[in-house]
Order: sequence, then C-alpha cells, then structure tokens
Amino acid sequence: MRKIKALVLIAIVASIAFSLVGCGEDKPVLNVYNWGDYIDPEVIEQFEEEYNVKVNYDTFATNEDMYVTIAKGGTSYDVAFPSDYMIERMIAEGLLEKINKDNIPNMKYIDEEFLDLDFDQNNEYSVPYMWGTVGILYNKKYVKENVDSWDILWNDEYKGQILMLDSQRDSIGVALKKLGYSLNTRNLDELEKAKEELIKQKPLVYAYVGDEVKELMVGEEAALAVVWSGDAVAMIRENENLAYAIPKEGTNIWFDNMVIPKNAQNKELAEEFINFMNRPEIAAKNAEYIGYSTPNTAARELLPDELKNSHVGYPSKEEIENTEIFLDLKDALTLYDKIWLEIKSHR
Amino acid sequence: MVKRVLKKLYIFLMFLFLYAPIIVLIVFSFNDSRSRGTWKGFTLKWYAELFTNSEILSALYYTILIAILASVISTIVGTFAAIGIHGMSGYKKKAVLNLNYLPVLNPDIVTAVSLMTLFKFFRLEFGFVTLLLSHITFCIPYVILSVLPKLRQMNKHLPEAAMDLGATPFYALRKVVIPEIKPGIVSGALIAFTLSIDDFVISFFNKGVGVTNLSITIYSMARRGINPVINALSALMFVSLLILLLIINKRDQKNLNPKKKGEAI
Amino acid sequence: MKMKIFSYPYIVWLAIFIVVPLFLVLFYAVTVVEGGSLKFTMENLKRFLDKNYLDVLWVSIKLALETTVITLILGYPVGMIIAKEKPSKRNTMILLFVIPMWMNFLLRTYAWLTLLGKNGIVNSIVTLLGFKPLNLLYNDGAVLLGMVYNFLPFMVLPIYSVLVKIDNNLIEAAEDLGANKYQIFAKVTFPLSIPGIITGITMVFMPAVSTFVISRLLGGGQYMLIGNLIEQQFLWVGDWHFGSAISIIMMIFILITMAITSKFDVQKEGSSGLW
Repeated sequence: MRKIKALVLIAIVASIAFSLVGCGEDKPVLNVYNWGDYIDPEVIEQFEEEYNVKVNYDTFATNEDMYVTIAKGGTSYDVAFPSDYMIERMIAEGLLEKINKDNIPNMKYIDEEFLDLDFDQNNEYSVPYMWGTVGILYNKKYVKENVDSWDILWNDEYKGQILMLDSQRDSIGVALKKLGYSLNTRNLDELEKAKEELIKQKPLVYAYVGDEVKELMVGEEAALAVVWSGDAVAMIRENENLAYAIPKEGTNIWFDNMVIPKNAQNKELAEEFINFMNRPEIAAKNAEYIGYSTPNTAARELLPDELKNSHVGYPSKEEIENTEIFLDLKDALTLYDKIWLEIKSHR
Repeated sequence: MVKRVLKKLYIFLMFLFLYAPIIVLIVFSFNDSRSRGTWKGFTLKWYAELFTNSEILSALYYTILIAILASVISTIVGTFAAIGIHGMSGYKKKAVLNLNYLPVLNPDIVTAVSLMTLFKFFRLEFGFVTLLLSHITFCIPYVILSVLPKLRQMNKHLPEAAMDLGATPFYALRKVVIPEIKPGIVSGALIAFTLSIDDFVISFFNKGVGVTNLSITIYSMARRGINPVINALSALMFVSLLILLLIINKRDQKNLNPKKKGEAI
Repeated sequence: MKMKIFSYPYIVWLAIFIVVPLFLVLFYAVTVVEGGSLKFTMENLKRFLDKNYLDVLWVSIKLALETTVITLILGYPVGMIIAKEKPSKRNTMILLFVIPMWMNFLLRTYAWLTLLGKNGIVNSIVTLLGFKPLNLLYNDGAVLLGMVYNFLPFMVLPIYSVLVKIDNNLIEAAEDLGANKYQIFAKVTFPLSIPGIITGITMVFMPAVSTFVISRLLGGGQYMLIGNLIEQQFLWVGDWHFGSAISIIMMIFILITMAITSKFDVQKEGSSGLW
C-alpha cells in the first residue's frame, strides 16, 4: 500500500521535474544567493534567455544564515545580497572578491548618495541593490496626534497597541536613538540606559514580531509598529488607514548590496549579472515587484507615480539627515546579546 | 449511547483543532491580497503564478524526493537496527540507545551545525548527498523509537517457535517478526516522512548550491512576508494527499473487509 | 541470538554521524579561542551559571513539561478511540491525523495568528454571538496551544500503534474474571500501553525543550527559551563555544529528567528508553 503511494508520488513529481530541469546542461551556470522573494522571477528568466545561461537561485532568511553558509566553504555562489554590516564583516574576513567596475558601466545610474559608504568605501566589493529606512507605522484611526518622535512608542495611551521588532539591533537601536545615542555604540553606560528604556516599555508592548507585523497592522490589531519602509509601502497599499513616519531623532538606514563571494566560479558572468540588474528597466521591474526603494535614479524615473513620489519609499534629504547605517559590532555582539537577553527575560 | 456520542464528539473536536489552520491556509490561497490581514476578494491568480514559478516547483521536487528517500532508507535501517538493539542487553544496549536519541534530544541548530562541521571536516562538497545523509541521520532515531515498543510487546517466543518449526532465521524475521511490529514500522515511517518534509535548519546548513527544499524557500520569505503562491501550493498538496488517501481507503476496504462466503476473518 | 548483528550497520552509522558530531560539540564546549589558538577551559560552562540563563532553562523545561502532560492527556483517548475502530477505518483515521503535519510548520503557525487575533476568525465568531473579543494571542495560553498542536501527533502515533496490538484475549479473560470496564483499563490496557506512552513522552518532551519558533510567533517574542538562546549564540553572536556549552548543559538536564521518567517503566525486561 505504502509502496504504491510512494511510486505514484515519485511518478508525478518526476514528470514535473523533468519538464522543468530540461536537457542541455552544458550552458554556463550562475549561482545566486538572495533573500526570499527579493527579485522579480521574470528578471531571472530574462537574464537566462538573453545570456543563454542557467541560474541556480537559492534563498536565505537572515544575513547570519547567509554568512554561515558562505563562510563554511564547500559551496560556490557567484552573487550574493548581504546587508551593510554583514558586507563590512565579510570584507574584513576576506570572503569577497573585488569588483571590476569597468565591467559594470550601469553603475552610473546609481545615486551618488548611496555610493562610497562606510561599510564599503569606494564600492570596491559591492553594488547597491535596494535600500530603506526604519520608521513608525501607525493607524490614523487610532493615532490622532502628529507622529514625529520615538517617544510615542512609550506613550501609556497606546498600551497593548504597540508592536516592536523581534530583532536585537533594531529594537535596541530604537531605544538608543530615542536617547540620542548612536546605534553603533559600544558604550556600556549608553547600552544600559537603552536597556532600562526597553524594560520600561515592555508592559506597553503587544508583541515583538517579525514579518507578521504586516498581517497585524493591515488587520488593525495594533495602533503603532516599528517597520521597514519597504514593508510600509506594501502595508499602506493594503490598508489606507496606515501611515509611515521617520522620527526626528533619527533612525537606521539600511542597504542590501550585490557582492561576489571569494569562491565564485564564474566571476565574469557575475559581473554581467550585476550590470544587468542595474539596467534602468530591470531595476525598475524589481523595485515595483518588491516594493522596496531602488538606489538607481534612472530606474526610479520609470516607476509608477504612486511609488516614486511616495515619501515613504523615497524620503527627502531632510528626512534622512539623522540616519545611521549599521556597522559590524564585532566583539560587542556579545554585549548586545546579553542586554537583549536581560530585556527579554525580564518578567 | 451517551458514551458513543461523547467519543465521536471528542474525535471531531480533535480533528477540528488539527485542521483549523489548514482550512485557513486553503481559504486564504484564494485571497486577492498579499496580506493575511484582510480579505480582498476571490482570485485564482496565485494558482496560476504557481505553475510558472520554477524556484518553488524545484523546491517542491527536492522536498518530496528527499522525504521519500530519507523515510524509506531510515525506515529500513531503523527497523533492522531496532531488531538488533532489541537483541542486545546490558550496558552496550543502554549506550547505543542513549546515543541514538541525541538527534531527537538536540535542538535542530546543534544537529545542523555539528553535521555541517563533520562534512566540512571531511572536505565534502555540500550538495544533494550531504542533504540526504543529514535527513537520514535525524530520521532513524524516530523509527527506532517507534519500532522498539512493538518489539517489546511482541511475544519473544514467537520467532523461536517459528524456527523450531523449521523456518530459517530470515524467514522467521520476514513472516513472523515483521508482521507483528508492522504498526510500529508504519508509524516510524510516517514520522520520518513528516520530519523530513518540514525540516528547515538542518537542511539549510547541509545542502549545496541549486538544491533547496520548500521549508527553506518558505522560511527565507520571513523578511518579506510569505508569498501567497505558497498557500496555493500547500492547498494543492493537501487536496492531492486527501484524494490519494480516499483512493487507498477504498482499496483497503475491499481487502480488509472481504465479504466472501465462508471466509473466516 | 543472532538478532543483534542487525544492529551493527547502524552502529557504524551512529559512530560516524552521531558520536563524532557529539564529540565536536563537546570539543567546542570546552575550548576557547585565545590569542589565535584553542585552549581548554571550563569557562563556557561556568558562564551559563548566571541567573538569567538558568531562568531561561527553567522556563523551557517547564513549558516542555506542560506540553507533554497536555498532549498525553489529550492524545491518549484519541489513540484509544482510533485503535478500537475497524482496520480500514482506523488506518484512514490515523493517516488523516498525521497529514496536517505535512503542511509547512511555519505556515500552520501563521494560520493560528489569523485564527486567534483580536480581529481573527475565532473572535469574529465570538463577537457575532454577542460576547466581547477574547485575548487569545501573545500569552502563555497561545504558546501552549501552539506547542500542543505541533506535538500531538507525535504522542498519538506511538500510543495508537501499541494499543492496536493489545491481545484481545487478555481483555476477554479479564472480563470473564468479572472485571468492569474501569478495572480492565487500569489493570490491563493501561499497563500494556506504557511502552507506547514512554515513546510518546520521549518524542514530545525532548524536542519540546528546544523548540522556540512557536513561542516566538505565538508568544510575541516575549519568551526567551533555551533553543532561542542556543540559536542566537551560533548564528547571531557567532560564539560556537558558548552555544555548544549551553547545548551540553541542556542535554544533561534532559537526560536526567528522562531517567526519572523511565523509573515509571513497570516492565523490567530491559530498556526501550533511556538508562
């Protein structure tokens, strides 16, 4: 009985598989490693057709997962999409190839504001892909006042209506910014104060969440949430009562860039891919599919009005004046970890 | 009579409890919105998108392939191992058993990282094989766990009696022992299949380029939000399993409840 | 008997895929990188003896215990009821019981959010009936519900597979000797099902101690569990040494707890579980 069931399943799946995998495995191969659902699938198909190659597309959930996979060796990804602080770490540990910018002429379309940043000076190793900010998403039905400061998340009025991110650096970062400190600080004193703030806030917090924040805010289960700008764009699209604000104390600005890991097998093709991704139409396609902000100015022009003029996705220079990029914490990680543990286990 | 009704009610409630999330999943696979927070209307677009999404289909292929291979292999190895362990005694037996339970005991991340270190140590290239090996490693202990109680329950004189009557040990094994412990083997295989299909951490760290499974694809969407195409896929998988089950059930009903005259059951 | 040779292939497998990794974990646990080289030390293990960490361990074990007890209480009747059905029906029923587990765990847990939310499905029904919405999510109850939901089939399957093969003659004999239904259960059925129960407890308690995704999603990240802690060490902080140390300590605690449980194993003829 079981055998027949298994055989039938294998037969069905095998037939699906064969229609996919196809023959002709002597095409050049490009191994790409990206966040889940972080590219328009049609873009991959287009690249495969145009360059007559096969793309192996693998996904990861967090920077740390990606780091372990690449650092452990025994795998060979040609292109990966880490975030700012992780790129800094990977450069320091010699895990990345230098990029030959002559092979990536389309880099000229990228806004200068987003080049030559602290984590990769002169863009020797990475090319920007998507960027965004962290801010407060609020439901105008429940929040009548002006939202412009992190303080509102400590307001008793919204007890049980506040959602924080279940992520060490993001949440500790919010508290640090509220107190006027840098979110890359290693100062024990400042961190202790941030810890106190977060512990004070705990009774007001409904939950510390991950991507469920979208479902919760769209479903109006909470009044305020800390979210990433790209997600805010998606949520506002689903529920008009929502709005996004960047607090005046400043916040985190983040970047996901394309890099070429050291054991890449096909460096030239990788650079072709990065160049391809920066074609205005392609970058615009991705930006529209994902909803996050593209650093490619030519691509931004091609976006539909509601996206390109949105101050959520594309805030003004004044709004992002006080923003900071995450730097690699290196040995201070243990310190942040201990603080987070104390906050979480406080009852 | 009340007892009968109570029993039926209890089972019904348990099944409702188990299936409530599944029903929610299926219903939302028709939702014309990326978010599970609102209902925006009925649509079949996620199903249409599913069949053109080669990333997800490839993940499905590997998931099922690995699950079937891993559960079949671990069931065979595990059953024989259990039979062997049952025949052991003393400290050796205790040692083997306790070691056997380590993958059950350890958090996934520890098993994942230790296996990964092992493969790295032997300078193996990560790929389909390492993935399969790691799945088999965490499945076998569960098979052994399921089969051992049945072996203990079995009358130990049965195989002896068979051999006294002239059966070879292998024949005794096939025709006497295995049928006795069959429910344990089946439940072990089921558990192995279940664990393999759903595994994320161990698979993530022990796989290679181009090989991925559904769990990894789904967990990777954690930052962006789960693409409803996944809901559509889950709904389809579920419905096809149900249909398969009904077909098998119809067949079994004929086999197990024969209505021939003069047949003793 | 010649039976035990069957276990030799597996013992080889064990040695490679379980013992060697175990030693790797142990090695990490007792070493520390100092000035570029490895040094043996008990420092990692001692670090754990901090109130915060011990609290985390205690909360995890407590939750796992509660989950195990509830799945046992809920699952045993299920196993019994299904075992008493006729063969074709019970095969189908038990498969139906397991199939939900083949849907991705993350998806099913997310579905509970839709069910239990303030504006969720359960509350929609509750408010329709005229009551005030209930607070069903992001509390201890929700986490326990999620845990039980996840582990119930692992308790039911072993119990069911043992109950199914209980020799009917034994039950008939007891009836003939004048026992009523309760006595039969207490003196015949239940003791004979203990191997299944022990297996069920093993398959639920041990993984439950190290599960943390459910508490993260349904508990709103308000819980810090040991599984969480270990994962953070390996992935976020990158301190494999401390992570391994915590794992070893957790292993020891659980083995001790299981040893206590198997004292209840009435049948003395050798072990089917730990110790």
